Amino acid sequence: MLFAFALACLGVAGHVEPVLGNTDGVTSIFRPLSQPAQEIKETSLLVLAICGTIFAVVAGLLVYAIVRFRHRAGDELSEPPQVYGSNQIELAWTILPLLIVFVLILVTSRTIADIQNRKPPPTAVQATVIGHQWWWEIRYPELGIVTANELHVPASDGRESRPTFLKLQSADVAHSFWVPLLAGKTDLIPNRENLMWIEPTKPGTYPGNCAEYCGTQHARMLIRVVVHPPDEFERWAREQQQSASVETNAPEGRKVFFANSCVNCHTIGGTSAQGKFGPDLTHLMSRTTLAAGAATNTTDNLRLWVRDPQKIKVGCLMPNMQLTDEEVDQVVAYLQTLK
Amino acid sequence: MINEASLPLAIEATEWRLPSSRKVAIVCLILTETCLFSIFVVAYLFYLGKSLTGPTPREVLELPVLSTICLLSSSLTITLAERAFKNEREGLFRVLWLLTVGLAAVFLGMTAREWHTLIYQKGLTISTNLFGTTFYSLVGLHASHVIVGLCLLLLVFIFSLTGSLTQMHRERIQMVSWYWHFVDAVWVVVFTVVYVIGR
Amino acid sequence: MAVQEIALTTSRASGISLVDRLHGLVVTVDHKKLGLMYIGTALVFLVVAGLMAVAIRLQLAVPNNTLLEPEVFNRFFTMHGTAMVFLVGMPIIAGLGNYLVPLMIGTRDMAFPRLNAFGYWMFVFGALLLYFSYLGAPGLNGHGSAPDVGWFAYAPLTGRAFSRGHSTDYWILSLLLTSVGSTVSAINVIVTALTMRCRGLTLMRMPLFVWMMIVTNFMIILALPSLSAAQIMLLIDRYLGGHFFDTQSGGSAVLWQHFFWIFGHPEVYILIIPGFACMSEIVPVFSRKPIFGYPIMVGATTMIAIISFGVWAHHMFAVGMTSVGNTFFAISTMLVGVPTGIKIFNWLGTMYGGKIRLEVPMIFCLGFLFQFLIAGLTGIMLAVVPFNWQLTDSYFVVAHFHYVLIGGLLYALFAGFYYWYPKAFGRLLNRKLGLWHFWLFTIGFHLTFDTMHFSGLLGMPRRIFTYDPGRGWETLNLIGSVGAIFQAVGVLCLAINILRSLRHGQRAGNDPWDAWTLEWATTSPPPVYNFESEPVVRSRRPLWDLKHPEDPDWKYEEV
Repeated sequence: MLFAFALACLGVAGHVEPVLGNTDGVTSIFRPLSQPAQEIKETSLLVLAICGTIFAVVAGLLVYAIVRFRHRAGDELSEPPQVYGSNQIELAWTILPLLIVFVLILVTSRTIADIQNRKPPPTAVQATVIGHQWWWEIRYPELGIVTANELHVPASDGRESRPTFLKLQSADVAHSFWVPLLAGKTDLIPNRENLMWIEPTKPGTYPGNCAEYCGTQHARMLIRVVVHPPDEFERWAREQQQSASVETNAPEGRKVFFANSCVNCHTIGGTSAQGKFGPDLTHLMSRTTLAAGAATNTTDNLRLWVRDPQKIKVGCLMPNMQLTDEEVDQVVAYLQTLK
Repeated sequence: MINEASLPLAIEATEWRLPSSRKVAIVCLILTETCLFSIFVVAYLFYLGKSLTGPTPREVLELPVLSTICLLSSSLTITLAERAFKNEREGLFRVLWLLTVGLAAVFLGMTAREWHTLIYQKGLTISTNLFGTTFYSLVGLHASHVIVGLCLLLLVFIFSLTGSLTQMHRERIQMVSWYWHFVDAVWVVVFTVVYVIGR
Repeated sequence: MAVQEIALTTSRASGISLVDRLHGLVVTVDHKKLGLMYIGTALVFLVVAGLMAVAIRLQLAVPNNTLLEPEVFNRFFTMHGTAMVFLVGMPIIAGLGNYLVPLMIGTRDMAFPRLNAFGYWMFVFGALLLYFSYLGAPGLNGHGSAPDVGWFAYAPLTGRAFSRGHSTDYWILSLLLTSVGSTVSAINVIVTALTMRCRGLTLMRMPLFVWMMIVTNFMIILALPSLSAAQIMLLIDRYLGGHFFDTQSGGSAVLWQHFFWIFGHPEVYILIIPGFACMSEIVPVFSRKPIFGYPIMVGATTMIAIISFGVWAHHMFAVGMTSVGNTFFAISTMLVGVPTGIKIFNWLGTMYGGKIRLEVPMIFCLGFLFQFLIAGLTGIMLAVVPFNWQLTDSYFVVAHFHYVLIGGLLYALFAGFYYWYPKAFGRLLNRKLGLWHFWLFTIGFHLTFDTMHFSGLLGMPRRIFTYDPGRGWETLNLIGSVGAIFQAVGVLCLAINILRSLRHGQRAGNDPWDAWTLEWATTSPPPVYNFESEPVVRSRRPLWDLKHPEDPDWKYEEV
């Protein structure tokens, strides 16, 4: 069964296509498009092969024993030979598993070292991911960028290796960063900084989840890693570095935004809104989803979110601001200028 | 039905000795309590030097020499009391046993005084910082075991006064003393970790 | 359930009123009654927690489902896990140990009968307290309900700041109470097995069941304190302003994980070793051969117990330990797989060359063998740290541990149930219903848990109340949910079987399976005093010696 299982693992991922844009895709760990996920896959296939073989042998012996030594009707009278054990056999089936374990340990420790001991090259992009209940804060200290819920990185093509090294922190409880097509998961734990790295090779959008139960909306704490061709990444970075423009096409909405306590939680670059509790909204419209993947970033959803976030993500920490319909429309119009 | 008549007796069947159930039970209790204390000791050691604020061990802790002498002596008095009981010297047993109770009470009293000083004069409470939390938890856990032991000791003493204690109860008294020795051994560890290593 | 059964079976015989019989149960110190009460209560919670699992599966059957609200779902998976481990697994161990150990060692009762009763009632108190949280946890300000922090309750989610109301407090207090029950029962079983064996029953002649009960109960007394200590620390944090797990004051969330898993990993071996114990009694009887390699089985079980205290951080490979730490725990985890695998080979060796009778207990044992093999292999996969980085906290892990606990432990317990029910109640369970139970349950089990491996491999994390379509998880989850229904129907067959057999089951007699250990040397059900006179034994299979005086075991046993 394990053989079928192993084959199915390879087959089941057959229809993965990483996509540009904002649609999700199947995220099989056996179709990685990045290191270290690729090395993990290679290690895993070896392990699967070993385990599959063990299964085939032992299960085969079990089936054989059941069939061959089944009690046959009419054969009541005698008991079979009462064998108590065999030192040689028992030694053999102790040594063999120990040898297998030895091989697995060698493979495991080599892969652990490869992944954990890598130091960032000078070309690496450095980003800090901070977990919140229930969204991701993402900062690029060297680039001066702060964003949320989407991690943008350059692809490493053949010419230049440009991995992204992440520092993982948490503002509240334990979370975990898991984008299966790119890497294994690493936890975000308060009062502790963890490190991980990814080196994707193919542009596209890679979905992922928070993988450590963190409260009510753990299920809707989705992460998207957007991989750009190198020059497109530079362009994205430059756009993100801009502050929001002082002039705006939506002055009424802006007034509502600044008159209410929105500014206590949210930052809009270049304005007096410098709240840190909630996501940075400076380039809200450059993101494909709202509320860490809870809804796509459309006008209707934005309106619904601003009116009552609890309708989209019950239990989330953004309160219902009790705005009137008119105020909601105005604020949404303003938010939609934050490109 | 299997009984002696139906099977040939093996040699072992004539000399059949099994451990005492009370002893095994107390050993199991001591094992489990050792594990409990170990976790608190690990937490204490782990958090040494990690407090963000507040008084440090060196600033506020003084070696509790006298109370330690009292508690460790009580191990001696209880052993002597046991021996007296075995030799059927009831009066001596009661005196030594009461002495054990007294030494334990002195230990508790001095711990209480130490805590009073720490809280009201030195500003260390369980919520002050990591040191406060781990200190009061570990020492408090030990003190609670001393209190339980004290209750057991008093119970035995009361039974001896009412004349209910006979030689039949020798092993039970011994088990109470084993528990008491355990409590003392834990204090040696706590003392070393908190007052020697920790400072 | 079992409480009523005892009442029913004795009613005709003695004509005592129901009230008197229930009172008898409340005040009893008889190990057999308490054992059945432990098991019966555990079965009640198996049904309750099982229904919660069915609800979880229904919610996850389709993407973006709204059957259960997020908070309700989160409470359900927390309560399901907590109840299954502490209110089903642990009491079944206590019940099996309390019922069978005195019978197997030829003695009259446990070493401390009153302590036995105390342990049971502490367990009941704790169990009721956990579910009372639905009513009591809202407290004064309406926050809180049943615990919703996951069965391992990671810090700082359990701190005052993130867990308002009293839900976490109920989690802590109810488990502290049940731990008292477990510890007390463990000490009792150890003492009984070591100090009350009948004449001639040396340690190396004890049934493997008794050996494994000793090992399990030693593990309980050594591992449970770690959980209790951590819970006390959490209580200090929550109520006395302590900072054990308060990351804002320098406390460490990872320390909770260490303490929890120092308990938690031995705990899962505590749960499975009684399954091994059932296997080691049943497989030999239905293969008509003694267990293959008795001394190695003892040694392997002991090695598992010892090594299992050194593997705990394999639950924490994603936490950011150093490569050295990760490698160490990978090594220890793989090493613990070796004695575990050896046991499978020994059961295989027992069957090999035998005359295998496919009665219902044996059929469940066969299910155990295949499924536990798979479970062990997925465990080895999870020990490979880089693979673990993808698979931990995903449905692959959920599949793995349900394979161990349901495909392994529950099947072994089912086997034990069909095997020893005749001894406890004097009647056999119906074979045909037993087969229906087996096949329905097995189909359901595989539908649910085979598919779960794949959803994990496709990136589905644990503990999510819903998911979006398009990730490849929809079909797998739907199939999994259908499987849950099959399992529920299978268990229903068992319930019907139990109820019908109480009245109409075929009478069992002392020894319906032609077995070899002492419990079969007395009546079914045994009298209160168990044995008319103290048995004397000379080998591991005293009844074999009795039935085969020309070819007794004691001539051949070397160790």
